[in-house]
Amino acid sequence: MNAVRDTWLVTRHNVRIVLRQKAGIVFGVLQPMLYLALFGPLFATIGTWETLVPGLLAQVGLFSAGLSGVGIVFDARSGVLERLRVTPARRTALLLGRVLGSSLTVLIQSVILIAAGYAFGLRAPLPGVLAGLALMTLLGVGLAALSNAIALVMDPDAFAPIVSTAVIPLVLLSGAFLPMSMAPAWLDAISRLTPFRHVVEAIRDLFAGHYATWTVATGVAVTAVLAVACVAVGTRIFSRENA
Amino acid sequence: MIKTSGLAKTFKGGVEAVRSIDLTVRAGEIVGFLGPNGAGKTTTMRMLTTLLRPTAGTAVIAGHDLVTDPQGVRRRIGYVSQGGGVGPSAPVGEEIELHARLYGMGAAEARERVAGTLERLGLTALAARPGGALSGGQRRRFDLAFGLVHRPSLLFLDEPTTGLDPQSRANLWGHIRRLRDEDGLTVFLSTHYLDEADTLADRLVVIDHGTVVAEGTPAELKGGAGTLDDAFLAITGRSLREDGEAAEPGAPPGGPHGDPGPPDGQADDVPAAGGALARSAGQAAAAGKRGAR
Ligand SMILES: Nc1ncnc2c1ncn2[C@@H]1O[C@H](COP(=O)(O)OP(=O)(O)OP(=O)(O)O)[C@@H](O)[C@H]1O
Ligand SMILES: [Mg+2]
Repeated sequence: MNAVRDTWLVTRHNVRIVLRQKAGIVFGVLQPMLYLALFGPLFATIGTWETLVPGLLAQVGLFSAGLSGVGIVFDARSGVLERLRVTPARRTALLLGRVLGSSLTVLIQSVILIAAGYAFGLRAPLPGVLAGLALMTLLGVGLAALSNAIALVMDPDAFAPIVSTAVIPLVLLSGAFLPMSMAPAWLDAISRLTPFRHVVEAIRDLFAGHYATWTVATGVAVTAVLAVACVAVGTRIFSRENA
Repeated sequence: MIKTSGLAKTFKGGVEAVRSIDLTVRAGEIVGFLGPNGAGKTTTMRMLTTLLRPTAGTAVIAGHDLVTDPQGVRRRIGYVSQGGGVGPSAPVGEEIELHARLYGMGAAEARERVAGTLERLGLTALAARPGGALSGGQRRRFDLAFGLVHRPSLLFLDEPTTGLDPQSRANLWGHIRRLRDEDGLTVFLSTHYLDEADTLADRLVVIDHGTVVAEGTPAELKGGAGTLDDAFLAITGRSLREDGEAAEPGAPPGGPHGDPGPPDGQADDVPAAGGALARSAGQAAAAGKRGAR
């Protein structure tokens, strides 16, 4: 059976489920707004909104994607997952459909965050904003696929605390809050070794209207490699019998 | 329809849930799968439905090799798991439509099939509700709808009627028998209800400690023992009705297994089924089928 069709069907099903969870969307939108309103003005004294908003996007995206595996544990417990596994649908379709559905929440959050950013003083060109959004979404989908797969094979009680702890240093080192150009040399050096730094800087370039830069190229490459690798590993884990 | 040879599953950690199963189920048969808690029924079913990879043995299901062509197997089978698969939050009607479409049906065809299946199971009025707003028995009937909506040629049912009221059970039996008679559906179902095994199944397979310890028609298994429960007691040394019940003083297990079997934390609270309980080891032994090893 057609994997793309199956992925679309499962995605649509999950989108409907996500859109019904109004509280999740409302609070998901509220969170970045709080950062904009209460942290933005502070940041604006040393930097620009074009630097801040990409950082907030990355932060929202990374945390949501990292923790997106929490939901699949419920599907596993209720037997829904096992029921779907007996159908001829491809494992990749079952995993990706779920991930794409839940990524919609993050996309909605991101769009609203950017719109609010404009109200606060963000002045970024639309093509750059769309490109940055696309980059972040791709990364989010990859990470969420990995998160979903890992959640199935990990102790469910340990999953959320471990993952949210693991995401913190990655977000801090990416320079999402404060650009790494302000960091001491050793911290800057470590940060260059982490993948998200490159993605965040690429999005900042895109928001600044600089499209043809090495920074953008590096960010796109890192995102693409990371997304493909995460989906591949995620599918492998997900396809294992005990997952 | 099902042919297995030496099928076995040892879980990580060394639990030999299924030691060796040789099984033949012919097309159009309704075969009952009996055995005490922890005997390996669910594990066997999960292997036969491609959810667990066997650690040994081979199986051909509906013409497809279980290990090399699981996708082919999945297209032909339906499975109702012991725990069910109705999610808590999405309207069940939506879930079942997705389920049907994953078998390749177009939107219109799926909608029609879903409507027909729900109608026959008396579930139409409940389809708009999320699973969490259904009673246990209603959910169980939806589980059956999931297993049937794509018209499989082979249906696996793991304790399908546990939790159903007598009328729903009778309806379900009628439904299954009709599908067999009219469409030639093959059914492999596990159950703890001896009356269910007796009325519904053409043939019974009894499993204990991960191996088949007896098989035959209900009449053959009953033999001289009178009731299936006596026969069961003779074969497994345990009553099917409740684990440990057979260990009643004065009625030492007449079966071959002295050991209490693998521990299980899921003692089923099975209401009384079947006929009278003459728990005489001697009489039970007279049922002597393909006793034990
Ligand atoms: N994932 C698992 N890991 C380890 N052991 C398992 C696992 N699943 C089942 N078992 C063990 O395998 C044995 C067989 O279990 P199974 O679920 O197949 O029994 P069953 O015949 O279906 O019992 P019941 O009538 O209670 O449903 C039991 O001892 C059980 O504890
Ligand atoms: Mg079972």
